[in-house]
Amino acid sequence: MSTKTHTIWMSGAGIAVVALAVAAMWALTGCETMNQLAELGTSIAVATGDITTNEAASINRTTRAVTKTFEDITPEQEYYIGRTVAATVLLGYQPLPDPDLNLYVNTIGQSLAQFSKRPETFGGYRFLVLDSDDINAFAAPGGLILVTRGLLKCCETEDELAAVLAHEIGHVEKLHGLRAIKTGRLSTALSTLALESAKTLGSEQLAEVTQSFDESISDITSTLMNSGYSRRLEFEADRCAVDILRKAGYSPGALVAMLENMQANWVSTRLDFAATHPPPADRIAQLKCKGLTSTKKTAPARQQRFDAIRKAL
Amino acid sequence: MKIKIGICTWAMAAACAWGGPMSVQVREGVLRNRASFLGTVTGTLAYGERVDVGQRQAGWCEVVGSPSGATGWLHESALTPKRLVVESGVDDARIAASGEEVALAGKGFNKEVEAEYKKQNATLDYAWVDRMLDYQIPQAQLIDFLRQGGLGR
Repeated sequence: MSTKTHTIWMSGAGIAVVALAVAAMWALTGCETMNQLAELGTSIAVATGDITTNEAASINRTTRAVTKTFEDITPEQEYYIGRTVAATVLLGYQPLPDPDLNLYVNTIGQSLAQFSKRPETFGGYRFLVLDSDDINAFAAPGGLILVTRGLLKCCETEDELAAVLAHEIGHVEKLHGLRAIKTGRLSTALSTLALESAKTLGSEQLAEVTQSFDESISDITSTLMNSGYSRRLEFEADRCAVDILRKAGYSPGALVAMLENMQANWVSTRLDFAATHPPPADRIAQLKCKGLTSTKKTAPARQQRFDAIRKAL
Repeated sequence: MKIKIGICTWAMAAACAWGGPMSVQVREGVLRNRASFLGTVTGTLAYGERVDVGQRQAGWCEVVGSPSGATGWLHESALTPKRLVVESGVDDARIAASGEEVALAGKGFNKEVEAEYKKQNATLDYAWVDRMLDYQIPQAQLIDFLRQGGLGR
């Protein structure tokens, strides 16, 4: 074996040893520990001559890169993701440009958001009614929430409308949209950004980050519009909704009542809510397990303003 | 993952509970005279502003010091223990690369990336998204709405 071949073999073995050790420790510990262990491991390998300083730096960069997840997205970045997700949804739906209706929905929605566990987002919560008979709603990351006229027509009281909006706020509160981004999408981009100190990106970095942005948007919109969140996340959003409704003073049982209305209009083969959500009956069963019962109870003042606005639907 | 989120949430709450410096992570942090959205506004804080936090109450943090001198209560979701570097130097960027203490404000998925993405997807129209952002309801109007509906008590 020549000296050169020997060096390459040793480098490969060194990298493999470090990588295996890091992978094993990742399974047993966590991100930060993994970073520290990788750096310790590579420094030992450099000291023993198994790998070069450059190879060590590369391993450490990669180790850091794989730890980038949706949790590394700042609220400002979430805001820009949300803007493009909303713009993508609007490719398939026309907005309903009724100022009174949108004002009413925003007033309820923004009031409710203040009672959530995440009342503050970078750009705030905003709501828009879509001019469609589909029964559907989309919560873009950061708090841009779009809800169809068809879904609003499933509501018979202001409390039920509040339940719809509170469920969508629950998705934003729990970062469900960002969680739809597949593992690994953000690693390269966020690491590149972190290492790039210039205020504006070079064309190569911009292309790389835009590619990552594109993939992230695709992951989220595909989940929102085609596959839907898992049943677990939908039930979690329902639990958030109940909490928000209760704190705001609305009847939490209105969520059950709204789901019962939806169940009556449920056609499992439709390509709207039925394609992206568990059947209302399953959600009702979950809520009833928590002691909730269906109620149409509301305050006369709330019903009066709801009836006035309902005519626009 | 759930445990990790829990730890992060706990860390944020703990940082707030025990006081210490935090950064404003929303476009505009609105300070109030008590730990409630129903409180009177006492001032505003800019994105990235580093503030000193005192006591904590039901998800709210008391800002006891800020560069502008503004003080008051701010919800913990508007704050992060991370330092947000609006104009990064190389050293800060390197710390950010290790991902823990510093987040690069204004970098990442931002206006520049949105513009580039839009260039590649000419059919996308942000006009209605921008109109949505104008639907900000003044706090006084929200309070009246809640009161009239017998809500928020």
